[in-house]
Amino acid sequence: MRFGLSDEQKMLDESVRGFLSRALPLDEVRRLAAAGSGYDAALANGLTEQGVTGIIVLEEYGGVGLGMVEAVVVAEALGYAAAPFGFAGACVMAPLAIAKAGDDGARSELLGGIAAGERRVAVDFSALAGTTGAAELTLDGDRLSGTVQNLLDPGAATDLLVALADGRMALVEADAAGVKFGLRKTVDRTRPLGTASFDGATARLLDGGRDVAKDVLQAGRLIIAADSLGAGQRMIDQAVAYANEREQFGRKIGSFQAVKHTCSELVGMLEPCRSLIWYAGYAREHGMEDAPLTILHAKSHLGEITREVSRMATEVHGGMGFTDLLGLHFWFKRITFDRQVLGGPERCRSEAATLQGWAAA
Amino acid sequence: MDLEYSDRHKALQQELREFAAKEGHRSPKSGGGRKRPDRKTLDWQALLLERGYFARTIPKEYGGYGAEPDVVEAAIIADEFNKAGLYPGIMNQGISMLVPTLLEVGREDQKKQWVETTIRGETIWCQGYSEPGSGSDLAAARTRADLDGDHFVVNGQKIWTSSAHYADMMFLLCRTEPDKPKHEGLSYLLLSMKTPGIEVRPLTTMTGRAEFNETFFTNVRVPASQIVMGRGEGWRVANVTLKYERMLLGDPNKLLYRLSRIRDLMERTAVDGVRMLDLPEYRERLLKLQGEALAWKYHGMRLLTDMANDVDSGVRRLIVKYVGTMMGHRLSSLAVDVLGAAGLSYDPQGEDKDDDEATTWHIDYMYDIGLIIGGGTSQIQKNIIGERGLGLPREPKTQAAAR
Ligand SMILES: Cc1cc2nc3c(=O)[nH]c(=O)nc-3n(C[C@H](O)[C@H](O)[C@H](O)COP(=O)(O)OP(=O)(O)OC[C@H]3O[C@@H](n4cnc5c(N)ncnc54)[C@H](O)[C@@H]3O)c2cc1C
Repeated sequence: MRFGLSDEQKMLDESVRGFLSRALPLDEVRRLAAAGSGYDAALANGLTEQGVTGIIVLEEYGGVGLGMVEAVVVAEALGYAAAPFGFAGACVMAPLAIAKAGDDGARSELLGGIAAGERRVAVDFSALAGTTGAAELTLDGDRLSGTVQNLLDPGAATDLLVALADGRMALVEADAAGVKFGLRKTVDRTRPLGTASFDGATARLLDGGRDVAKDVLQAGRLIIAADSLGAGQRMIDQAVAYANEREQFGRKIGSFQAVKHTCSELVGMLEPCRSLIWYAGYAREHGMEDAPLTILHAKSHLGEITREVSRMATEVHGGMGFTDLLGLHFWFKRITFDRQVLGGPERCRSEAATLQGWAAA
Repeated sequence: MDLEYSDRHKALQQELREFAAKEGHRSPKSGGGRKRPDRKTLDWQALLLERGYFARTIPKEYGGYGAEPDVVEAAIIADEFNKAGLYPGIMNQGISMLVPTLLEVGREDQKKQWVETTIRGETIWCQGYSEPGSGSDLAAARTRADLDGDHFVVNGQKIWTSSAHYADMMFLLCRTEPDKPKHEGLSYLLLSMKTPGIEVRPLTTMTGRAEFNETFFTNVRVPASQIVMGRGEGWRVANVTLKYERMLLGDPNKLLYRLSRIRDLMERTAVDGVRMLDLPEYRERLLKLQGEALAWKYHGMRLLTDMANDVDSGVRRLIVKYVGTMMGHRLSSLAVDVLGAAGLSYDPQGEDKDDDEATTWHIDYMYDIGLIIGGGTSQIQKNIIGERGLGLPREPKTQAAAR
């Protein structure tokens, strides 16, 4: 029994974090947020080299062939860096959907492109996730019609993967005839959401049944939760550093019990979240029975905790935290975004109740 | 306790309902506060003043309505405006903070000169308190004002000055007696923002807008008569203003109004075809907040009664800023959760145009964090509640809890 990352996983973590900290100094985050496309070729190429785009794609299809524990480690690093990069949808949900519900043709045609960073798939699972702005879609044979407004990871997307309420999934090329695809600015300028309307667009049907679609959604929720863990950790690290530096009343503010205790509380709230995320990643990777429940809690618990973290860590910075100067708000907004997409805490808890038979379906 | 509606109260209620029906269409949607009031808002403000629905208890000679304080009347007005969705009048730093300060400690000529134009929304004020090195430790302010003949000459820098980019006037906390101990060396000056030597540089906040500024002073000449109370009494005046600022920041009417807007939002927003109001987990949150807000409303009435009777509310008042701003945060948190993924859209229009609903709530959600910090942080409030309100000893090696 060992609860912790393996040496290889630690190396992956260090490598991705090292790359991100060099690639994304605050000024670069700022520049990419202002551009607002949710994508940067240089950053994406670097992450592809790090194996991030192919992290869960099997080696036979050109991927790295790792699992969900590695994926959550990467997600945390991306959240920590406030990376303008689509991971949950484009690098986890999409390849998972294709691997599980696609035929051999689809797999060999698409997965390699995803791993190579050449195919970037935006995903919308609102029809299943219980979010506002649900997809309204119909599939007639291979013809897709309707609208979506919550496409995750739409930056420079080449393909769009959408889930219908009955669990069928459809993959459409973003520039295909009958597709109108665009970005909408969100409060997190590093990550827009996508909107699309389909008018009888030709789609590739991925039909593995509702359970498969739900499973893909759960994987996405776990990754988003891990992303918010990284964002929360970043805010705590910044709060602690600031408390060690700023002086008022002739003292370091960290010497005031109110500030010191706030920082302690933050760590007390967030650190167990990391264990929850790791466990959920492991449980899912190993097909353990409690994986779905753990993931639902990961998404809802992280949503709650990180909201508190985002407020309290900002408070430690005083007026400075409310300005744009320190850039702290990029992480505040990342946390705001992560809480809402793919189903918020209330929704995930209500699914958890149903899953355990505590509430009628 | 006497909350019985007298005939006068019933008549006022009736009058307000007629007013809402007849004049309601003239109400601006929002206004004041974060931007200079437009014509529509100013006209509405004038109407409210004339009817006594605003500044009701401010004496007539200063442009108010001159009524005796009456909590029930105040509550009726707030209720009816809230129910009818009418804009209750401008709240800004001049109206809610400087005016009551002048009424409490200002000279007669200062009241005459400033109260009326300020409550009409015509004169906009900003607050020159914080400096880069003195936020929580406000009394450490270093901006100097040296007497030169019949003028003070101001040099230094303020920061986080909300509205300075469009304000007409500033109330400034500055050091006039550098040789005296920290708290005794300060004075409180009123000065025109058009005085030569003032430079205002916008500071962008987390909302992406520039709601506040850095303000620089280079040899800014202020007539010596524009001091409130005397030299060295600035700390006392500043604390009078802070008292009103903190009441403003915890205002129950604002929170009740928000609550009703969230209820509307929950009625209009659905997930998988179910209205949010019908989803127990969201309805529970709304109901909990309703309970908090009701307690807060009645707490506010109690404070108004204290004030009308010149009773020191003590700890009851000291909790207002901390509790009220945290409630504000919980309310806007619920709103952004109801808006959910679809409502992550964010596209602020700047200060002169209206924002869409999602953007407005996200601005509030972020601004609420600012309000938790501004006007004395939550930590400072809790120090004050403990030390001044409950008589607990100070932390070792700190000076008096400032702000
Ligand atoms: C939205 C907004 C609007 C504002 N508008 C104005 C304005 O119009 N005019 C103006 O003059 N100022 C304004 N301010 C400034 C505001 O008053 C200060 O930001 C606030 O008082 C905190 O000071 P600071 O920013 O220097 O933080 P700091 O004092 O540096 O505080 C940093 C942290 O240390 C903690 N801390 C400091 N001292 C103690 C202590 N003794 N015990 C326990 N904890 C402590 C604080 O609680 C905080 O968490 C505004 C601020 C905001 C956010």
